[in-house]
Amino acid sequence: MPADALKCKECKTEYPLEARFVCERCFGPLEVSYSAPNGDPAEIKRRIQAGPHTIWRYADFLPLAGPARSALPTGWTPLVKADRLAERLGLGEVWIKNETANPTHSFKDRVVSVALARATELGFDTLACASTGNLANAVAAHAAAAGLPAYVLIPHDLEEQKILATGAYGAQIVAVTGNYDDVNRLCTQVSGERPNWAFVNINMRPYYAEGSKTLAFETVEQLGWELPDRVVGPIASGSQFTKLARGFQEFIDAGLVEGSVPTMNGAQALGCSPVATAFAAGTDVCKPVKPDTIAKSLAIGNPADGPYAVELARSTGGSIDSVTDDEIRAGIRLLAETTGIFTETAGGVTIGTLAKLAERGDIGPEERVVCMVTGDGLKTIDAVRDTFEVATIPADLDAFDERFAPAVA
Amino acid sequence: MGVTVKLPTQLRDAAGGSSAVTVEGGTVGEALNGLYSEHAELRERIADGDGSLRRFVNVYLKGEDIRFLDGLDTEVADGDEVTILPAVAGG
Repeated sequence: MPADALKCKECKTEYPLEARFVCERCFGPLEVSYSAPNGDPAEIKRRIQAGPHTIWRYADFLPLAGPARSALPTGWTPLVKADRLAERLGLGEVWIKNETANPTHSFKDRVVSVALARATELGFDTLACASTGNLANAVAAHAAAAGLPAYVLIPHDLEEQKILATGAYGAQIVAVTGNYDDVNRLCTQVSGERPNWAFVNINMRPYYAEGSKTLAFETVEQLGWELPDRVVGPIASGSQFTKLARGFQEFIDAGLVEGSVPTMNGAQALGCSPVATAFAAGTDVCKPVKPDTIAKSLAIGNPADGPYAVELARSTGGSIDSVTDDEIRAGIRLLAETTGIFTETAGGVTIGTLAKLAERGDIGPEERVVCMVTGDGLKTIDAVRDTFEVATIPADLDAFDERFAPAVA
Repeated sequence: MGVTVKLPTQLRDAAGGSSAVTVEGGTVGEALNGLYSEHAELRERIADGDGSLRRFVNVYLKGEDIRFLDGLDTEVADGDEVTILPAVAGG
């Protein structure tokens, strides 16, 4: 499915496939547009199935000119059937897309892989990003693997785990005294002044965003070429959420799967919920907020794709909900205790929202639900501190027996 | 000395290549009107028909998004810096 242009989502003006992200006429976002895929559905499917177990098996649906490859293979993460979680919530069928299994333990490896591959084709020599942490990890690692210098700009108060895991790769970390939206503003300015830098989520954003489609592609393939009925996923900028739907739609349009785009449920933290607020108010205008939540990876107060996320939730009969910090912690524990998957706070937001939807009775007993668990709990380890008790005892059998009395036969 | 309006790279061709324009005005809205009177093409690029900002245009006064202030009615003083940037970034 060859990419043929960048197209404004608002006014439809077309541009060549360059490093540009905003329509010069109306400032709308640019998105990659494709011509029809080469070959019939059976042929495309065979090509996918013969491909590597990485995101590049879907190269037909990604915006690269040449053969797709990367030094740090990404994707084809497990889709785990979560029967114990489903039972706990009184649901029929729940699956977890386990993105902790990526090289830097979040879905950001997907978007960075595509942005880096395209940046290389376009001749850039430095990789950069504005990040809430997971993206910093991914940019640093993929740049290191490709042998490019990297600059990652982050809010100064990020989780220490994310900062340390980024610095290890040799990237230049720039901690900005401000929140993510301040970092993003600065990066937008820097990006305009550094023509040889590929900011993955600014001047490379149209290509970067395409990487999230592979989450939908893998989900369909791993379900045996079937669609889920419902998807629950986190919303920060809204980019991944909207690209999930686009991925499902492209597979439907290509004849690879039958049905329609699933009901889309977005998940936000109450302390940063501009998209959920707009959804509840019945508008698509997302009034910016100053984030205050433990879900720092979702702490974008001024979400670029917010209006499209609201429209998508509405058009598929879904919703956008928000959960409190305590519900986030409970969501992390619930997932860990029922599936063995330890997720970061963003996953807690997603599972907390799943629990809320279940309790509200929004999910039918026959529905097949897929939850996007986008990152690893080891990066936000403080979120589970003091949510369980450690028994401290002397190295003495009697002390052990006293604390854990054997069951009486 | 007026108010300095800083332009993103995407708008500079419509302002004769300038990256910043100094204008007069007591509010952000007035400053932007001053900008439009010098470079007419910028009006349709930034503003909707009714003069409000297009939905993917962000405007900052000294680094703060004007939607956290009084929007286009936010007061500006001589020497202040107003920055226009595309909203479609990040995530």
